[in-house]
Amino acid sequence: MSTTTERALGAVAVALLCAANAAAEAQTPRFGLGTTPSQAELDKFFAIMPDGRGLPPGSGSVEQGKAVYEQQCAACHGPNLQGGIGDRLIGGRGTLVNNDPTKAPVKTIESYWPYATTIFDYVKRTMPFAAPDSLTDDQVYAVTAYILSEAKIVPPDTVLDAKSLAAVKMPNRDGFIADPRPEKFPPVARSPHQSLMIAPPPTAK
Amino acid sequence: MNKTPLEPAESRHGQSSTADALLDAEARQLAHERSDPASPYFTGDPRARLDRRRFLLGSIAAMGAAGALPRSAHAAAPLGAVEHEVPPDASKTQGYPIDDSSYGSRSQFETEVRTRFKTATPQSSWTFTPLQNGVGIVTPSGLHFERSHAGTAVIDPGKHFLYVNGLVREPKKFSMRDIRRFPSISRIMFIECSGNGLTEWSKPTMRTVQGTHGLTSTSEWTGVPLSTILNEAGVRGNAKWLLAEGGDGAAMTRSIPMAKAMRDCFLAYGQNGEAIRPEQGYPLRLIIPGFEGNMNIKWLRRLEVSDAPFMTREETSKYTDLRPSGKAVQFSFEMEAKSVITFPSGEMMLDGPGFYEISGLAWSGRGLITRVDVSTDSGKTWRQAALQAPILPICHTRFRLPWQWDGKTAVLQSRCIDETGYQQPTLGQVIALRGLDGPLGSIYHLNAIQSWQVASDGRVSNVHDY
Repeated sequence: MSTTTERALGAVAVALLCAANAAAEAQTPRFGLGTTPSQAELDKFFAIMPDGRGLPPGSGSVEQGKAVYEQQCAACHGPNLQGGIGDRLIGGRGTLVNNDPTKAPVKTIESYWPYATTIFDYVKRTMPFAAPDSLTDDQVYAVTAYILSEAKIVPPDTVLDAKSLAAVKMPNRDGFIADPRPEKFPPVARSPHQSLMIAPPPTAK
Repeated sequence: MNKTPLEPAESRHGQSSTADALLDAEARQLAHERSDPASPYFTGDPRARLDRRRFLLGSIAAMGAAGALPRSAHAAAPLGAVEHEVPPDASKTQGYPIDDSSYGSRSQFETEVRTRFKTATPQSSWTFTPLQNGVGIVTPSGLHFERSHAGTAVIDPGKHFLYVNGLVREPKKFSMRDIRRFPSISRIMFIECSGNGLTEWSKPTMRTVQGTHGLTSTSEWTGVPLSTILNEAGVRGNAKWLLAEGGDGAAMTRSIPMAKAMRDCFLAYGQNGEAIRPEQGYPLRLIIPGFEGNMNIKWLRRLEVSDAPFMTREETSKYTDLRPSGKAVQFSFEMEAKSVITFPSGEMMLDGPGFYEISGLAWSGRGLITRVDVSTDSGKTWRQAALQAPILPICHTRFRLPWQWDGKTAVLQSRCIDETGYQQPTLGQVIALRGLDGPLGSIYHLNAIQSWQVASDGRVSNVHDY
């Protein structure tokens, strides 16, 4: 074996050892690229967690939220929160358990969303549709309170802030299960009534 | 049209406009293709195939007048093409000159396009890849399916930064120049929307393979391993999840398990040899091999390391799979093994009995496709299809099977097996196990065997046969 190869193998061993050490030490910077952002830069961002981490200071009442809703939301989500261009926001409780293939379950904030913190996060980052991330934190607290009140999840005199929003328990909080896949599919006999359903011929309107 | 189970539920819950509009869009596209002699959907006099040139000019003029289909800026050319005069014999004249600089365009005789699902707004919407026209495994960048929630963001790469914060030793900020200095990797890989096929749970709805399966596409993606970027910031020991955030109007967010983030994810700035397309996330997209398309965050601007999932809207109220029990499966990440015959496929017309090469695509989010079988008799018997190299993990794999059609009614199906031994189920098996809690079932993650019926007149239809 040539010394060159030995040296190369030695280098590989050292590299492997370094890689192992890096992993063991929970990674140290390796390339020295990038810079350190200022706190002010990072403060522009947010992401709210179910336990309330990330929620900003501020508060809003159901009544204030009604005004925000009518001005900023009703055009798409309907005057009664029943949907339009945008999703339906309330109703649908009791429709999730459903074995009827002809009737769709009604999935709304009221019936389906497991965490109230998600409303704040989503409204703040994406709404209103034409001007995302333009509401003040107080407005987002308020409109969240209004939606939850219309959904009969909080009373109409509610004022939401970081603490009270994180404490809201949503009706479908326990409605989610872990992924069971990959599944073991049972052998299934051919079903005569399902056999050869044909898509209707296309008709342009 | 017969009354179907889809109608009453949909009209009651206000979803009918979306499904109807989608069918309208598909029907309009089909009506156009029906009269195109070169289209596999052509239904006119076969002799007209010789006279395609006249059709193209005539139909495009008609479409322009009616406003039926989108037109390119260039007067008479299909989208993505430039119209040139066609000489009687190209070997007897000079062709058009080679420009001093150019980008290139497709043939003026090629017309396939992505088609949009007619959602309420054109910003929160999606388009389907025309799989019926595809050959090989790579999707042309301009035909890669789209799914965006706030339109296509326009971002100057010189002003774009990726921030890394949360449970890290040192928050980091990377410019695109920084990102491109890291050691890079490339990977040819499919991305599939977990809503691909959502209309097909309870009855055959879309007519073409573009409508039934067009939310999957394959590109070569080039970028930096996510682990490289996270190591640069130094992930803390209690880190379990990673939030990825887009820089579009939806500031799209998904939580990703840290183990997956460190295993094989990467940040792509390249697609098929050039910069990633705007609608695919220019200048930077998170690629999560084998996981549902929505998680591959586009216009990536921030990664936040945390000890728990954030429970964003896209991983709670959407992209969760509600079952008849009222419980919904959450974090159903993997796109499971799936295949579809792309030729012949829905609404095509076969010319008559004789030889055809059945061809299609198979893919699995869990790795390699190891086998594809094809049946031409409603699944009674199966023959092993040939797989075209390269066969890559988490990538479209092209399969082929020679077929002599005897002119009788036939039902064509394909089923695949991946390297984990998982076999693509029948629709009957999926429904027997998961149930059907509405016309759209649990919406996401339908990976059942697709059936196409070839009628004795050669017409191919989307059917449920199980």
